[in-house]
Amino acid sequence: MRPFRPSRRGLLQSAATLAGGALAAPLVARHALAADAIKVGSLLDLSGPIGSSGQAMHATIRLAVEELNVGGGLLGRPVELVNYDTQSTIQLYSQYAQQLALKDKVAVVHGGITSASREAIRPVFDRYATLYFYNVLYEGGVCDRDCFCTGTTPAQTVNKLVPYALETWGKKAYIIAADYNYGQITAKWMQKYVRDGGGTVQATEFFPLDVTEFAATISKIQQAGPSVVLSALVGSNHTAFYRQWAAAGMKDKIPIASTTFGLVNEIATIAPSESNGVVTSYGYYEELSTPASTAFTKAVRAKFGDGLPYISELACANYEGFKLWAEGVKKAGSLDRMRVTEALETGIAVDGPSGKVTIDHATHHVVRNAYLARAAERKWDVFQSYPDQAPADTAAVCDLIKEPKLSKQFVIDVKT
Amino acid sequence: MALVALIAFNVANSIAVLVLLSLGLGVIYGMMRVINLAHGEFLMLGAYTTVVSANAGLNLWVAMLVAAPLAVGLFGLAVERLFIRFLYGRIIDTMLATWGLSLAVVGLVTTVFGTTVRGVSAPFGGFAIGGYQTSVYSWFVIAVAAAMAAGVWLVLRFTRFGLVVRATMQNPDMAAALGVSPQRIYMMTFALGSALAGLAGGVLAPVSGVSPVMGGAFIARAFITVLGGGPAIVTGTSLASGLFGSISEVATFFTTPVFGQVALLLAALVMIRILPQGITGSGLTGRLLRRSL
Repeated sequence: MRPFRPSRRGLLQSAATLAGGALAAPLVARHALAADAIKVGSLLDLSGPIGSSGQAMHATIRLAVEELNVGGGLLGRPVELVNYDTQSTIQLYSQYAQQLALKDKVAVVHGGITSASREAIRPVFDRYATLYFYNVLYEGGVCDRDCFCTGTTPAQTVNKLVPYALETWGKKAYIIAADYNYGQITAKWMQKYVRDGGGTVQATEFFPLDVTEFAATISKIQQAGPSVVLSALVGSNHTAFYRQWAAAGMKDKIPIASTTFGLVNEIATIAPSESNGVVTSYGYYEELSTPASTAFTKAVRAKFGDGLPYISELACANYEGFKLWAEGVKKAGSLDRMRVTEALETGIAVDGPSGKVTIDHATHHVVRNAYLARAAERKWDVFQSYPDQAPADTAAVCDLIKEPKLSKQFVIDVKT
Repeated sequence: MALVALIAFNVANSIAVLVLLSLGLGVIYGMMRVINLAHGEFLMLGAYTTVVSANAGLNLWVAMLVAAPLAVGLFGLAVERLFIRFLYGRIIDTMLATWGLSLAVVGLVTTVFGTTVRGVSAPFGGFAIGGYQTSVYSWFVIAVAAAMAAGVWLVLRFTRFGLVVRATMQNPDMAAALGVSPQRIYMMTFALGSALAGLAGGVLAPVSGVSPVMGGAFIARAFITVLGGGPAIVTGTSLASGLFGSISEVATFFTTPVFGQVALLLAALVMIRILPQGITGSGLTGRLLRRSL
């Protein structure tokens, strides 16, 4: 074999290219800055256990940004998305939140998926006066004028799911939930609504996110003999519950209603024999057949292909959250945080894929539609819709009109 | 009465899962003192091999019992040739290398298959113990775990390969002087351990949430079991699985899943305090089981 001998001319050429590239690079960068794009921050888990939720959310916010830029941008300037992959790691959330606020100096941040991540970054954006949108369904109760929560909360969804379950299947409920703030607080809401509906809660069990064995729990549930299992299990490890439940032949014996099933793509990853019949309630389903919804899913699928996970409420609300912010900026005519906040507080609304979404001044949450659906052959069969649901849970404890200085998360006090 | 039988069955299932999770790791650690931090990812690769080949039309049993151990065994062979063989006797370095490997494998699988994959469901359905439903598939899990432990034991005890492996484990220099190549034995043992991990991942795939990061949920339990078991690979791992499996399952049933995890860790702590070399390595049990495998 001949040893590799570079020719002199070749070497000179590559050296020239390299030098040219090195000289050109700063020019390109300076040019991009000169365009004076509005920077929008995004913090989403694109890898790790929460990654399947984050990828669809990342896709829809990119679509929203692209649509805005095609339509001429915002205040005559293009919008540039700065996204960091937080890798399902809370430390990275805090780190990247500071980076977005201090180094990138973004106009707004849309992001956070789990409630744990939200509570890690919300104080950072409060401290550095950066407007923050949390576009994920969650347990409710955040009362903070610097933050807008655009996903559904328990009064909008759990309050539909639990009464439906009690009326359809019976009054005895067994609650299983993930062991962190979302699961703990959602379980309290479930207990409240079960009691309000005249039912009884037989037991409430919490599972750390790395639990993969559910045999003991499946036995305990049978021992209690509930009429319905209410699940707020989270993440891909917990998917094992539905598998083991079906493997034990329990699926057709005790029905399951869930506030989380489907959010990590379960509808596609587990077999219909394991998922059929599970009932959920969310603010959006990909199967919704309104023109706005079909146009949205078509645009998402056209841009990102069929490999993208299910387009759930998370992905839809992230899209709508960005649009709400853009409307706020247009109305304010400025990127200033207070002016945008005040503009949003006038009750700005957008017509999104899920229907009309309106900002509620008192809570900084949104009034939006809610739906009930049943899993059937890898699809959601949406069988009930509830238009214009108010965030009544947060409204009961939070009034930012009277107390604009508040910045905390209320936890509902359920009497047990 | 039915409840007692049901709990006993659940305990057996829980022990079997621990045996499945830890035997491959035990073989690699017990033989070569190589701490394979990528063990969880080997299990994950087994699960992925099963679901991907089953979805592609391969018979589920072939996918689980043949494809998964074969694929992961070959992968282990490649890993041993490319990384591990340069690092024998350097525990910290192997830990670092295998940890890096685990990150790379998770990244690679995520890139190729995405963060979720269409799984396979468990065959057989359920059966009743008294008034309680439980899974027939658990019988299969228990059977595979038992067969795996028995198989490794029989190979070590009765075959020429087993004899050579044991000799190499005890004294590699003397074995080499007698004409055995320790390098070759290490390579084969590493591949065997990997294949066992692959088989375990394959068998657990239908009852797990299969994702690129699933290994993280298994690795701690596997390590605790192997360290608790001590130097005798099969006896130690089985006894430790028995102990930890019963404790965590009974604790989970009578209290909560959180306390089930706490109980397992507490049991491991207490045991390592009393028997620092594991069940088969120290104390009375260590003397009794000194000659076990």
